Amino acid sequence: MARAAVLGRLTWQLGEVAELIQETPRVSSLVIDLPDWPGHLAGQHVDVRLTAEDGYQAQRSYSIASAPEAPRVTLTVERLEDGEVSPYLVGEVRVGDKVELRGPIGGYFVWRAGDARPLLLVAGGSGIVPLMAMIRHHAAAGSAAPVRLLYSSRSIEDVIYKDELAQLVAGDKRVAVAHTLTRMQPSGWDGYGRRIDGEMVGEVAWPKKDGPAVFVCGPTAFVETASGLLVESGYDPAWIRTERFGATGG
Amino acid sequence: MGFVSRGFRGKRRDGADSSRVPPGQHVVNDFPVLSAGPTPRVPLSEWTLSIVGEVDEPKRWTWDEFRRLPSESFTVDIHCVTKWSKLDTTWTGVSLATILEQVETAADFAVAYCDGGYTTNLPVDDLTGQQAWIAFEYDGQPLDPEHGGPARLLVPHLYLWKSAKWVRGISLQAEDEPGFWETNGYHNHGDPWREQRYWGD
Repeated sequence: MARAAVLGRLTWQLGEVAELIQETPRVSSLVIDLPDWPGHLAGQHVDVRLTAEDGYQAQRSYSIASAPEAPRVTLTVERLEDGEVSPYLVGEVRVGDKVELRGPIGGYFVWRAGDARPLLLVAGGSGIVPLMAMIRHHAAAGSAAPVRLLYSSRSIEDVIYKDELAQLVAGDKRVAVAHTLTRMQPSGWDGYGRRIDGEMVGEVAWPKKDGPAVFVCGPTAFVETASGLLVESGYDPAWIRTERFGATGG
Repeated sequence: MGFVSRGFRGKRRDGADSSRVPPGQHVVNDFPVLSAGPTPRVPLSEWTLSIVGEVDEPKRWTWDEFRRLPSESFTVDIHCVTKWSKLDTTWTGVSLATILEQVETAADFAVAYCDGGYTTNLPVDDLTGQQAWIAFEYDGQPLDPEHGGPARLLVPHLYLWKSAKWVRGISLQAEDEPGFWETNGYHNHGDPWREQRYWGD
C-alpha cells in the first residue's frame, strides 16, 4: 500500500470531500474519499484542478498531509488572499463537494518508515504539511527512528496540527517537537521566540555524527536559511532534502 | 459536459496574453525558487564548465575563459512544472550553440550535471539552434545562488527543471539517460505546450 505509485500514467480522478477541518484561521484540511487512490509515500503531493462552468481551469499542487496508512487522503491548504485555487479550497468547498486531482507526485522528498536514521524535520509555516505526513507515517508504522521537529510559525494561532503534535510527543518518547514563534508569543511561552538561527539549530538538530535524514519545507527564504545553517553546522548536503514554495502557490 | 467545480469562477488570465501561457499554467510576477537540496556555493576561482562524453576531445573552461566566450542577452518566457509561468524574463548567457561548436560530436543526447549532484537529460536537438544557454545574469545582475548562480542552463521551451541550476558540465551521449526528476516521476522531455509534466503525459 505504501509503495511508490508514480509508475505509469497519472490520471485525473474525482474525490469527494468527506470532512473539513479548520486547522488555523487561514488553514484547512480537506479529507477526501478517492475510490481509485493508488497509495502514496509520505512527502508526496497532488495536483488539484478546478473547472469553472465555462470550462476555464486552474491547477495547483498541494502536499498530502495524511500517512500512507490512512484510509483517506488529507490535503492541508493555506488560504492565500490573492490566490486563485486556495480561496476556493479554504472557504468555498463544502463536505460532499467533488474535487478533481491526480497524484501522487514526487519521488524524492519522501520518507519511508524503513529508514532507521534519526529524522530531522524543519518546517516553516505550512511547510509542516508534507512533514506531518512523515510524522503520521512514523507513528502508524511504529518506526523506531527518533524524530526531532523544529517548527517555525508566526504566532501560536498559526501553529497547524498543534494538538496532534502535542499528543504525539506525549505518547511517544522517540518524537520531540521544538516550536518557535517569530512574531508573537503568548505569555508564559517556553518555546523559542525568534527566527531560526544557528544557536537554535545547534540545540535542536541531531549531532552530525548521527548522520540524520533531513527534510526542510517552507517558504524559500526559510528553506535557504535553514538548509544553509545545517550545512554550516557540518551536515553533508546529501542528507538534506528540501521543498520550497513562494508566495504564489495560489 | 465534463466535471465542474461547484462555485468556482477563477481569476482568469491575470491580464496576461493567454497565447503565451501553456495549459495548466498561471502567470506570476515574483520568481519562485524550487530545488531539491541546499543551495551549493562554489567560489568562481574553483568553478569550471566542461563538455565531456562522446566528443573528440573534452573541453573545459574556467570562469574567466567562459566569460570571454561570446554572450548575448535575451528575453524569454519560463514555465515551471509546479504551474507558474513568468513572462518576459531577461537573461545574459552563452548559447549552447556557441559552446557545442567547440567540440566534434555525433551524440544525440545530453545530460547536464551540476554542483549538488543534480542532473537532467535533453536531446541535443533541444540545445542547438539558439534556444538554450548557459546563463549567468538575470535582469542585468549576476545570477543569485538560489536561482542557480553563478551559472545555470536555460532551456525556456521546456519546463524549468530542464534548466539545471548550478550547471558544471554537459555530458554528450549516444544513449538517452534520464536525470534526477526524470527518474522521480517527471516526464522525460517536458514540453509545457504539450503539458508533459509526469510519466505518461
